[in-house]
This record gives sequence, C-alpha cells and structure tokens, in this order.
Amino acid sequence: MIKPELRQIKLSAWRSLLLFGLLVLGLISLAGRAAYLQGMHHDFLQEKGESRYSRIVEMNADRGMITDRNGHILAISSPVASIYVDPKVVEIKPEQLKKMAGLLEMDSAEINDRLNRENSRFVYLKRQVVPDIAEKIMKMKIKGIHLTSESKRYYPESEFAAHVLGFTDINDEGQEGVERGWQDTLAGELGHRRVLKDNKGQIIEDVENIRPPKPGQDLVLSIDRRIQYRAHAELKEAVLANNAKAGSIVVLDAQTGEILALTNLPAYNPNRRSSITNERLRNRALIDTFEPGSTLKPFTVAIAMEIGKVNANTVLQTAPGTWQVGKKTIRDVSNKGELTVAQIIQQSSNVGTSKIALSLESQTMWEMFNRSGFGTLTNSGFPGEASGILRPYNKWRPIEQATMSYGHGISTSLMQLARAYTIFASGGELKPISLLKQNMPVMGQRVISRDTAQAMSRMLEMATKPGGTAPLAQISGYRVAGKTGTAHKLVDGQYANKRYISTFVGYAPASNPRLIVAVMIDEPSAGKYFGGAVAAPVFSKVMSGALRILNIPPDAPANNVITFTATPEMGDEG
Amino acid sequence: MFKLNIFLVFILIACALGVVTSQHMVRKLFMALENEKEIERKLDVEWGRLQLEQSTLIMHGRIEHIAREHLKMTVPAATSIQIVSINEAENRLDAKGLKP
Repeated sequence: MIKPELRQIKLSAWRSLLLFGLLVLGLISLAGRAAYLQGMHHDFLQEKGESRYSRIVEMNADRGMITDRNGHILAISSPVASIYVDPKVVEIKPEQLKKMAGLLEMDSAEINDRLNRENSRFVYLKRQVVPDIAEKIMKMKIKGIHLTSESKRYYPESEFAAHVLGFTDINDEGQEGVERGWQDTLAGELGHRRVLKDNKGQIIEDVENIRPPKPGQDLVLSIDRRIQYRAHAELKEAVLANNAKAGSIVVLDAQTGEILALTNLPAYNPNRRSSITNERLRNRALIDTFEPGSTLKPFTVAIAMEIGKVNANTVLQTAPGTWQVGKKTIRDVSNKGELTVAQIIQQSSNVGTSKIALSLESQTMWEMFNRSGFGTLTNSGFPGEASGILRPYNKWRPIEQATMSYGHGISTSLMQLARAYTIFASGGELKPISLLKQNMPVMGQRVISRDTAQAMSRMLEMATKPGGTAPLAQISGYRVAGKTGTAHKLVDGQYANKRYISTFVGYAPASNPRLIVAVMIDEPSAGKYFGGAVAAPVFSKVMSGALRILNIPPDAPANNVITFTATPEMGDEG
Repeated sequence: MFKLNIFLVFILIACALGVVTSQHMVRKLFMALENEKEIERKLDVEWGRLQLEQSTLIMHGRIEHIAREHLKMTVPAATSIQIVSINEAENRLDAKGLKP
C-alpha cells in the first residue's frame, strides 16, 4: 500500500480574502438588483406576474323578454353557439370536413374557403348554431375550432305579431317595431370581472367586479295575443277573399287607449329573416297614411252639434244628390232627399255633411280635427310613425272645407283614426294610446261634451242597423256602433280610378264601449269595394271574437241581428 | 427568553399553516360556488327553452286547429248561450234558502 504523501500546503491569505470579497460583491449586486427590480420596475413586473393567473372574464347580460298583457312570451332570447376558427392552427381531415358540413348545413367548399383564410386568425364558420349541434362539432375535437356563446331572439308568434315586435339583427340591436323603439330598455349591458385562475383554467378567486352586468328589462306590452291572433287571421282571410293589396287592423281598449292588437298584411316571419322584404316590413297601420273618407264625417257633425248649429233631428235637404260648391260638384251615390242629421251619418251623405261643414267657421272645424288627434303623432313609441296631414285652416277654400268634412284632402294613419274614435266611445274624451300595459286608469283630453258624444254614438249605432251603410257590422248579442269609409286612392296626387281604400271603425258594446276596432283594406279588387261590404264584416268577426275572449257581457238579446235581403244601395257609399 | 421564542416560532408556524389551509378551503368553496353558478346558468337556459316550447305549444292557431279538427268543437251560437248574472243567481239561491 502506498501511503499518500501528506504535505503541509501553506495558502497565501489573499486567496481567501479574494473569495470573500467576490462573495460579498455578488451579494451586493444581487441586493442591488433586487432593490432595483422592487423599486423601479415594480408595477411592470407585478402586471406581468398577474397576467399568468389573473383574467378578465365577460359576464353575459340577456336581452329582456317581451310579453303580452297576460305574461305570455312574445319575444325571448335563448343562448346559441357561434363557431369560429383560427385558420393558422386548424388541422382537419377530409372526412371531418364532410361531417361538419353536414352538421352545419353548409357547403364543404365554403367551409374550406373559410378555413384557408391564412392571413386572419379569427373567422366565423357559422353564427347562431343550435347548442346541440355545436356540442356535436366540439366532440369531433378538431384543432383550431372554437365556440363562443351568443344569444338569439325567438318570436313564438312568428308572423302574427311581426309588425308590433319587429326584430333584432345578429348583434342583438333592435331593427324594427318594439325591439327598436325600446332598444335601450331591452338591451342588457355586458359586465366584466377580474378573477384568478389555476393551471387547469378553473376560476379560484374573485378579485374585483370591474362592471356588474346589467340584464335588459322585460317589457309588458298592452297586446293581447289571443286578440292579436284573431285579428291577424281574419285580416288574412279578408285580404285573400277581396284580392286586396294590403290591409291593417287596430284594436284599442276604449277605456284606457291601450293597443290590444295591431296587425298588417303583407307580413313576414321574424324568425326567418329571408322572408323579409321592404314591402312586408311596413307597419302600415302606423307609418302609412291615407284619406280616411267618410269615417271622418262624425267629427264634422259632432262639432256642429257641440256648438249648437244642428241637433240630431235637424232636417237638411240633400236632393238632388249633388251640390255645387264653387266650380266643383259634391255627389252622393243616390238622391236621398230630405235627411235628418242622424240619417246623414247613418246613410253617409256627402252633400249633407258638406252643408253642415260650410255652416262652420274653418277654424272651428280645424280645431275639432286637431283636438281629435289628426295631423299629430300618436306618441305610441313606434319608430317611424306618421303624423298625417291636416293643413292650416287659413288656407282652406270652401270646396276644400267641404271635401275635408267627409275625409278627403286630409290624411291620417289607421292608428290615428282608431284613437280619434275613443272620443265617441268614451263620452267625449280623446284617450292617449299606449303600447305598454297600463296599470292605472288614464285621463283623456275632453274634446266634446258627454251629451254630444252620446248623441253621436246613437247615430253611429244606427249606421250598423238596416238602412245604414254597415249592417254587416252587426254582432249577435251586442250593440255595435261604427262608421264606414270608402276613399279613392291618391296616386301621385291624383285620385286613381277604381282603386279604393275601404275602412270601418267601430266600437262595442255600444251601451258601455270596451273595444274599438279599426279595419282598413287597401285596393280590394274582387268586385266589392265599399267599406260596408268589405271592411264591416271583418270588423264584426274580429269584434265578436275579442268580446268573447275578454268575457264581456252581451248588452243585447242574442237575436238582435236583423237579416235582410241585400238592396242595391246596401253597403253603399262610404 | 429562548423558550418563549421557540414557543412563539411554533405559534407562528401554526398560524402560517392555518392561513394556508383556510386559503385552500376558500378556493375549494369558491370553485364549488362557481360550479353551482354554472348549473344555475344552465338551468336558466333550460327554463328559457321550456318557456319557448310552452309558448309554441299554446299558440292560439294550434289550439284552435286541434279543437276544431280533432275534437270537433265549435263556437256556440249566441242564441244557445244563457247569460246568468251573479246577482240573479244569488237571489234565487237565497230564495230557496240554499245560500251558503
């Protein structure tokens, strides 16, 4: 065994000193670096650190529901998935592509095109996919394909309430109707919160609420879906039977001015955007105006009665059925001879109404029309509502005053016309209309006295009896009151030949009016065109249905409808 | 003095461990809460879907169709409806001594 040679080695002292010095130096530099990072770069580093585990997540806020007055859903948002792809990382096999195309009901060429947009990192494959299908696609586990959740609006009533509700676009912005008019109320606001996530991506701690989500408010409309359905179904039948171009119906609560139904044709299905065309989109009852024709006569006569020019029994001569005013001639359909004021309304005499009108100051008549709401917006809250035209009285010539008395030379929307009839239905008050459910009784604005309103109401009731213009408006078990209108259509400022607008506005039960129904049929072209023959039967069907739905007690014996053989004058004039 | 220090060190360690456990428990509970919230959200979605389904099922047109076509129901004619006023009915019951 060789014993190692042990030698005493003497190390020089500087070596240990050097080592010590280096260590101290290292320590100082570390401390300095630490102080530097802590002091100078603190915020930056903190942020970097937090970004490893802290995340800001979005909190969804749903758009509010729209319900009818009884709480039935008219529009609701339901979550759907949107599928997007990151073309930079996507890897897909041909059979997967085929399967996906089948699930999404898309062309595989189109999907392929989207997958290959290499300069982008976010491409929607398809938006608003039903959750079940989205789940199936995610189960295929294709790299680079992801989901985001969105919400889609559903309208269970489909076309039946289309014009009232309108619809939203793909970004949840209201485009038409209530969805647009009440966008601010309905829309929710996204919220954000900061959270901590662990390595599995689970949220482990709430750090702060940056902004709480604000869900949209629910909206309760005044619409009654049962009446809305009835009105739309009857309108559809009438438009078809009369081969008409379009039509509208408005149903109002005579006491509160609430809109119980509002429907137009042609309509669209808001669930299927492809069915929407400009023509179908028009909410005609509110944005289209027309010359109301004879439905305006009661207003002229009412003001004449109110200021005491005439009463219901005043007799006027309408023979020979024409009357010369200036250079123009006003015509009745036939020579009706001597008529009382009540008969003028009942038989809708243009000559009689004109004679009453010309006994009035133009200002008085203008004020009556103005206070009845013609020429002013109804403030229903609908976007794009029309105000109609009521020209200033100081520019009226006598012939214009005469024709205006029976509804020509003045324009109105069907909604305005229906609202104006609240005056006769509620004992002289113009009620403000509303599309939202009212919980309090509403105050109207008095236009004429209760006595005048009731006298006019009796005349309007006569118009629906045999001898009047609208016996077809009668309803078994109820007394009804109303007025027909037939107006030549204005096309480019000229009265078009053989193109008419038939209207009927009425209310029931006449003893204590609860409902007002206004019907407008545009260009009926199946032979009949008088309001009494075209619009009055629709009124009768809608009104009887609505009275039954609302359980309103009858105010007449059930055998009150007087049937009769049609005479040539029946349903005549407007 | 030394003994006291040792004692305090042990207390310190105990407290530190306590903090760690409670933090861990908080996170666990928080995760459970998040899970429950997720379930709530899913139920909410489900509820919305059921509401939608209900309103589709009770569509007036559908009910009318079933009533007319399958059940052969009709709207009674006004002449075959008898209106009974509440007061009248009560008076009659009263007269017979049947009023509750």
